[in-house]
Amino acid sequence: MNELIAARIVGIENENGKVKTFILDCAMPAKAGQFVMLWLPGVGEKPISVSYVKPLGVSIAKVGEFSGRMHQLKEGAHVGLRGPYGNGFAARKRVAIVAGGYGAAPLALLAEQLKGKAVVVLGAKTKGELLFEQRIKKTGARLIACTDDGSYGRKGVVTDALAELLRNERFDAVCTCGPEVMMKKVFEMCEAAHVECFASLERYMKCGFGVCGQCVIDGQRVCADGPVFASHQLRTMSEFGKTKRDASGREIRI
Amino acid sequence: MADTSTKICGIALANPTVLPAGFMGLSAGSLLRAAEAGAGAVTMKSAGKEPRAGHNTPVVASFEAGLLNAVGLSNAGADETVRELKKAVALCKAPVIASFFGKTADEFAEVAALLAEAKPAMLEANISCPNVHSEFGTPFAFDPAAAASVVAAVKEKTKMPLSVKLSPNTPAMLAVAEAVAAEGADAITAINTVGPGMLINIETRKPVLTNKTGGVSGAAIKPIAVRCVYELYGKAELPIIGVGGVSSGRDAVEMLMAGASAVGIGTAIMHRGLGVFGLVAREIAEFMDANGYSRVSQLVGAAHE
Repeated sequence: MNELIAARIVGIENENGKVKTFILDCAMPAKAGQFVMLWLPGVGEKPISVSYVKPLGVSIAKVGEFSGRMHQLKEGAHVGLRGPYGNGFAARKRVAIVAGGYGAAPLALLAEQLKGKAVVVLGAKTKGELLFEQRIKKTGARLIACTDDGSYGRKGVVTDALAELLRNERFDAVCTCGPEVMMKKVFEMCEAAHVECFASLERYMKCGFGVCGQCVIDGQRVCADGPVFASHQLRTMSEFGKTKRDASGREIRI
Repeated sequence: MADTSTKICGIALANPTVLPAGFMGLSAGSLLRAAEAGAGAVTMKSAGKEPRAGHNTPVVASFEAGLLNAVGLSNAGADETVRELKKAVALCKAPVIASFFGKTADEFAEVAALLAEAKPAMLEANISCPNVHSEFGTPFAFDPAAAASVVAAVKEKTKMPLSVKLSPNTPAMLAVAEAVAAEGADAITAINTVGPGMLINIETRKPVLTNKTGGVSGAAIKPIAVRCVYELYGKAELPIIGVGGVSSGRDAVEMLMAGASAVGIGTAIMHRGLGVFGLVAREIAEFMDANGYSRVSQLVGAAHE
């Protein structure tokens, strides 16, 4: 799994104005919350969440040089790939899923793998940035869409909707992925409600398989021990929601 | 059970396993994790004067017998590393080794003096990174006089025990060891990665690393590391931290018998996980018990008798 393989792009889907899904001719088995290291020769290598399986698909927002070059690729082009890496989300019975922005990519797959037995809170800044709304609906999951500007669904942030859910219903777990400040809030709400929380964290990565130490949060390797961390781990992380490290290893504020 | 403790420059290690520079050691939390996993000593990633992002990813690639890496000396810079090192020294029961590099002998000395403030157990001069030629020129480890000048400059600034990490990629390795010993180096760490090497992906027809070349580590280099340690043993009368391709207790014993007093384990973390330190320490003890050794010192250099 650490060895690089080349995979051909066999399908490209426009998810919204900013996000494209690339389907690869690759049968790599993966579960929701795992990631691959995606290599564009001459451009770079990045950790990317698995968004679809069988065949493997990754959904990439155009935010910088790497993703910009990825968006220029056409069907038939080759990309390099290694993985799948990381632990993925644990299975629980009554699950609430909280997805913020691009965090919807691994969580839409989770909703599919839970066969719709979940409540999904899906948030974005505005209507055009909501990701995988139809895909999540298709799983049969109960969907609560939120936009910060109220252009679609509930007006407000995902944590407002989660507060209501935690007040009115019982859950075995809350699974979340999105901006870290949002996940920190979700975790704190889960703590207050005594519900287990699983958060998929992100850090600058180099090796992807637990040897280089670049992505470590308080001794936990995001690539090999995560990227999904449970409440008992999140509780011990002084850096969660506060600081991360850049390519040099310097601590920077989140 | 046999006593697996060992000593390097008077520093006591509960067992001979050492987390070498460049693996995990970016932060205090990482070093603590390796120490808790059973490492006898842990090494912080090489620090330079200023922060460096290193080479662009991919900087690490694996192949069937190890890893190829060209991280490019990324580090948070001396000031932030000192803060992190202080935390590590306070947290870890195992001795903490502080690795460092510079562009000139004086810069080595300047960084060493800063790191010494954090009171690590030992300093380790990385004069042998194989991936920064274009920026730094030929490694100091290729030239006995240049290597000696680094040690002389560092020793002028701090009396802290100093190990020098050597390169296997030069016929001058033994002469370099003698030169640094003459200037007062206290230990040798051998070896840094081999090569450089290259891996090419044949579908995309491109070298995998952005830097194109990188240093080779892992099982592929174990015989080279064992040979280097064997040749270095007794040569400069310095204790040796033997590094290169060790993943099991048997490998570690082989390195000890070649002449090492402690043994680095890095690439093996990939397959055996962070628990590799505790596992190898136990495997060393099992070998000692099964073969009638009671102390590590009986193994060190045993292949020379």
